Amino acid sequence: MSDHDYRPKSKVGQWFNDRLPLLTLANHLTDYPTPKNLNYWWTFGGILTFCLITQIVTGLTLAMHYIAHADMAFESVEHIMRDVNYGWLIRYIHANGASMFFLAVYIHIFRSLFYGSYKSPREIIWILGIIIYLLMMAAAFMGYVLPWGQMSFWGATVITNLFSAIPLVGEGIVTWLWGGYSVDNPTLTRFFTLHYLIPFLILGLVVLHIWALHVPGNNNPVGIDIKKPSKDTVPFHPYIVIKDGFALLMFMIVFAFFVFYAPNILGHADNYIEANPMVTPAHIVPEWYLLPFYAILRSVPDKLLGVVAMLSAILILAVLPWLDTSKIRSAVFRPLYKQFYWILVADVLILGYVGAMPAEGLYLLIARVATAYYFLHFLVILPVLGFKEKTLPVPLSITEPVLGGSPNLAAARNKESKIE
Amino acid sequence: MKNLFKLFSIIIVIIASNSYCFAAEKVEYLKTDWSFKGLFGKFDRASLQRGYQVYTEVCASCHSMKYLSYRNLAEQGGPEFSEAQAKAIAASFEVIDGPNSDGEMFTRPGKLSDKFVMPYDNVKAAQAANGGAYPPDMSVLVKARGGGVDYIYSLLQGYEEAPSNVSLDDGVYYNKYMYGNKIRMAAPLSDGLVEYGDGTNASVEQMSKDVTTFLMWSAEPHLEARHQMGFKAIVYLIILTVLVYFSMKKIWSRIESEV
Repeated sequence: MSDHDYRPKSKVGQWFNDRLPLLTLANHLTDYPTPKNLNYWWTFGGILTFCLITQIVTGLTLAMHYIAHADMAFESVEHIMRDVNYGWLIRYIHANGASMFFLAVYIHIFRSLFYGSYKSPREIIWILGIIIYLLMMAAAFMGYVLPWGQMSFWGATVITNLFSAIPLVGEGIVTWLWGGYSVDNPTLTRFFTLHYLIPFLILGLVVLHIWALHVPGNNNPVGIDIKKPSKDTVPFHPYIVIKDGFALLMFMIVFAFFVFYAPNILGHADNYIEANPMVTPAHIVPEWYLLPFYAILRSVPDKLLGVVAMLSAILILAVLPWLDTSKIRSAVFRPLYKQFYWILVADVLILGYVGAMPAEGLYLLIARVATAYYFLHFLVILPVLGFKEKTLPVPLSITEPVLGGSPNLAAARNKESKIE
Repeated sequence: MKNLFKLFSIIIVIIASNSYCFAAEKVEYLKTDWSFKGLFGKFDRASLQRGYQVYTEVCASCHSMKYLSYRNLAEQGGPEFSEAQAKAIAASFEVIDGPNSDGEMFTRPGKLSDKFVMPYDNVKAAQAANGGAYPPDMSVLVKARGGGVDYIYSLLQGYEEAPSNVSLDDGVYYNKYMYGNKIRMAAPLSDGLVEYGDGTNASVEQMSKDVTTFLMWSAEPHLEARHQMGFKAIVYLIILTVLVYFSMKKIWSRIESEV
């Protein structure tokens, strides 16, 4: 934030701004120099902010009608669906909003992986992002428990039971988490409390995430450092605002399709059966966005090691800036990394698929191979690639051609502009 | 464009893998033309009214529908009985109310605001009367089964003689669409079981369709409102998106960069 010499025009504005520099902040946000070659993959930050606010607003409204009690939760959800004015709309936006949130966050994360946005000097932005992602998973999991359907109850049972894998104190921790000797009313009420709390923690972290972003500025598809402001940048308003707005509207069309025409397709039918501790569903599966990690968990035969593998799969991302040894950020100039990147995408999709399948036979074998590859990618391929890979020449700026007119810039720009 | 294509294929793979996993044990369900599917899907009012008749004359003797009230029968987007008809339906049920000023519980005729009267006092009573099996509440039954309406519609017509290699206990029936093929409910429908007021032939197929339509409505009472609003919302979003697209083009034309 180097633009602190801003002075409001009006006297009142100056008086206020001297005491609380909100107008300086607003000016910084509108003038914020943004690389002009950002493609549509960069619009998901704004989309995610929209998702968070949507979840908070619909969630607050639902909380006014929802009753966090094991005997009444399911009924209160039906009350919302039937008798609350537009309750069905608010609940379907909230339930599908969670899926949309994760869809957007996965695209956001994979964009960062492709263009090397996590690398120096943006490590803190990346780590804050991983913490946000972890909190999102916690919030989504607890939110799924609240309707108190069969999958809520048994999902909660399975996931909380993971803590029993911890040696010596595991059982004690599980009892402490449950607030009793099984998932029951105390579990529901504390999950509701935490589900209400976490989004506001996320909101705070999002502010830090954006703050940390505004120190070095955005990465860009070419992945080079640029002078700001310069011919390579445009002010955030109106250029990026309208572009983010356009992308957000496209996203909202997909969102609206799910809410209005397929509101239950992403959920599990069993969650419309009220929780019954005496009846276990045939298959206990988490929501789709947790399936890759569920596959990793089940691919390890030992319970404790399975939990360790699942947690490592997420936490390994936090040290990614130091695992990736390549000096070049963007995959556009890393021909080998680009291929491994798409293999990783396929690997995660395969993990998601087998996570939804019963853990037996061929599915289990595939899950194990895919899990091994996942760790191989981060622990072996990425560190080695930085030393071995022959990267392509990188341009010196976004607008100016490379010294001697490298053909790769043309290729790179061409590739990026194809997106629309 | 290539990247957008990639994005959409990823979305489709995710959705397909998710829905596919519940289809693993699926047999081919019987199909029929549901009026409530599609962009403008609406309920067939007459079918809903017939479906209510099947529910109340056949299903309701064992299956509760505890989240519905009699007033719902007269509400927009449902069977749309007239208010007088709904009142008459409600009044035909005995409701336990109280305690009165003497501290006694008493029965009175049902009112529009009453929930559907339950066939049994509690789960234990229901199990005792049904050989240990609990007839599930039907309010959201369609949404609580993987195959949805097609599953329910098929199940009602899926009773047949058990193959010779399957042995059935007393009070267990063979149904080719049921998970595991064994069901504790005897075939509930037979041709001409109810007499439709509008003269429709009460075949098993017709009754299955009507009662399944009714169950779809009971699970999603605001389905019609949802479809109508959804169409408006999406048309609105598309128009706005187009306008914003051209505004964006105009704004970005000030600098020599593509957007």
